[in-house]
Amino acid sequence: MSNGNKEVLTGHQVVANAMRQVEPDVVAAYPITPQSEIVEYFSQYVADGKVDSEVITVESEHSAMSACVGSAAAGARTMTATASQGLALMMEIVYIAASMRTPIVMAVANRALSGPINIHCDHSDSMAARDSGVIQLYGEDAQEAYEFTLMAQRLAESEDVLLPVMVTLDGFTLTHTAQVAELLPDRAVSDFVGEYDARYPLLDVENPTTQGPFDMPDYYFEHKLQQVDAMDNVPDRFLQVQEEFNDLSGGSYDGLFETYKMDDADYAVIILGSTAGTAKVVVDELREEGKKVGLLKPWLFRPFPAEEIKDVLLDKEAVAVLDRSLSFGSSGPLYLEVSSALSGEDTKPRLYNYTYGLGGRDIKEDQIAEVFEDLENPDLEDKMRYIGARQ
Amino acid sequence: MTTELKQKEEVKPELTSAEHPATKYLREERLPHIWCSGCGLGSAVTSLTNAYEKLEIPIDDIGVVSGIGCTGRAAGYFETDSYHTTHGRAIPFATGLKLSNPEMNVTVFSGDGDLFAIGGNHFIHAARRNVDMTVICVNNYNFGMTGGQFGPTTPQGATATTSPYGNYEDPFNLPDLAASAGAIYVARWTSVHARRIQQAMEEALSKRGFSFVEILSPCPTGYGRKNDLGEGIDELKSYQDRTVIKHGSDPGDAEIERDPEAEIVVGKFVEDDRPTYCDVADDYLQGQ
Repeated sequence: MSNGNKEVLTGHQVVANAMRQVEPDVVAAYPITPQSEIVEYFSQYVADGKVDSEVITVESEHSAMSACVGSAAAGARTMTATASQGLALMMEIVYIAASMRTPIVMAVANRALSGPINIHCDHSDSMAARDSGVIQLYGEDAQEAYEFTLMAQRLAESEDVLLPVMVTLDGFTLTHTAQVAELLPDRAVSDFVGEYDARYPLLDVENPTTQGPFDMPDYYFEHKLQQVDAMDNVPDRFLQVQEEFNDLSGGSYDGLFETYKMDDADYAVIILGSTAGTAKVVVDELREEGKKVGLLKPWLFRPFPAEEIKDVLLDKEAVAVLDRSLSFGSSGPLYLEVSSALSGEDTKPRLYNYTYGLGGRDIKEDQIAEVFEDLENPDLEDKMRYIGARQ
Repeated sequence: MTTELKQKEEVKPELTSAEHPATKYLREERLPHIWCSGCGLGSAVTSLTNAYEKLEIPIDDIGVVSGIGCTGRAAGYFETDSYHTTHGRAIPFATGLKLSNPEMNVTVFSGDGDLFAIGGNHFIHAARRNVDMTVICVNNYNFGMTGGQFGPTTPQGATATTSPYGNYEDPFNLPDLAASAGAIYVARWTSVHARRIQQAMEEALSKRGFSFVEILSPCPTGYGRKNDLGEGIDELKSYQDRTVIKHGSDPGDAEIERDPEAEIVVGKFVEDDRPTYCDVADDYLQGQ
């Protein structure tokens, strides 16, 4: 990174700073652990005159997302942040935001869904939104959460996309811990995100539009297909945004997922979010022992980069997909995607599914090392395994 | 050293012990509670257990329902039937409880953020329907559990984590809202008025219909600290000085201002009777 600023910051602070630098016109939010401090920091920046945004802390997340859709439809650049039950309560309007093609950028501090009530991290909240039509980016650390928030803005507002983007960061693990992060200069970010020029703003009285009306069977289907097209445009657009971002930051984003020591790996794990960081340590340790192991960490989960991931996995011996959420009565959401990506191939790795870390249950290096050990067994039974759970 | 210890043991007085009067209503294994020192929630819980005791309501006939937040944690401490709902949904859950078991004494015990922000809609509709339940709101003027954000009862001008230079929104006046929505019993006290709270709770629990008791509570960690109100005890002292008892007064005049010198009206604002939701439903359906 060329002209940045290395600081020790929490996940809350980096996201709040990204929001400050993006300078949205409107932020509507409601407090919820472990998100609340993002909006607290942002409110402080607004109060201190460091950013010119309207913040309204409304009476629920349902109202927050509703206010965001109203604001975005009016033509304003709009952001919010939430977690867990908050996202669940927003869900009705998240679908509306996607189908109204409002480019809202939202941070989700991943936290388990109730019940039982739990405030700690898993991915059940964002996974519940995976069919809603939002683009989903998963960050491994504060730096990625920061950079994805900036890139999300460009991605969301791309002419052929116009969809909301959810940037997730693991609750507590990333939101509450201080890490070294490098922020870009304010001016560089404002140049990168540019001015938002809404295509059909409701407040453009010269060109009046009606938005969100009733859709009958004669057109509803086609309108959904427009969303499909928009989602299909995301991977290329994301790569393009990454390229421009690299020019700005000196970074090296060049894909829809990160591969770590995968080129010659025989055995691989696939993990979303902060646990990928733990897995990298394990990969390094096992590599020192001469084991050919690697990690694949999807950045983009919606749309899911199935073809690209398939190409990386096909020559592997065995692959474990570690899910941090359940899809009761089925396999884990990430496993289903990977499994589907590999279906139809004659020669493909043995594929296994593990569930870990529900409700904040810690996962340690030796547990990931055990997964790699499992993979070496050619007769390993194909069934769901629950890491660190009492059974 | 050994001798000293021995001597101490010899003079050790015999401990006298008795069961705390609240014990039978509380899950002792869940204690100590999570609340900060100086918080008014302990007084509110004690007043409620005392009220149950005084009214001799059998423990099996009581349902305590809470939402999310500091006050929301109360349901987990009650040895009665109790339920900790999602944020804001204590009242609809309690409505279902009451309809399925009309004999149950249903108490909703929750905070201002839970009952009047995310759950505000439920409050006015349960009051309108006159569902037979008692809603106790411990009002600490902010979202305490999530770190002190301003909410629907934060006085204008007060500082919170999301209003660092003061809240510019108009807050709800809860007794006025409750009365307007149709509550048949409305009272407000503060956590310094322990006996008055208990008496109000006894009255509210005895009424048939939607009864509402607001308890103003210190929140030294969240609200108090940011608004120079001192420790919990200082806030209690200020309640002692600021409150004026005006039974039967217009709840519209019971607004709370941030000014630490400004008068706070407390007392019983409404005591009325009208048929409950179940009464009306039974009568109406029988007439059909």
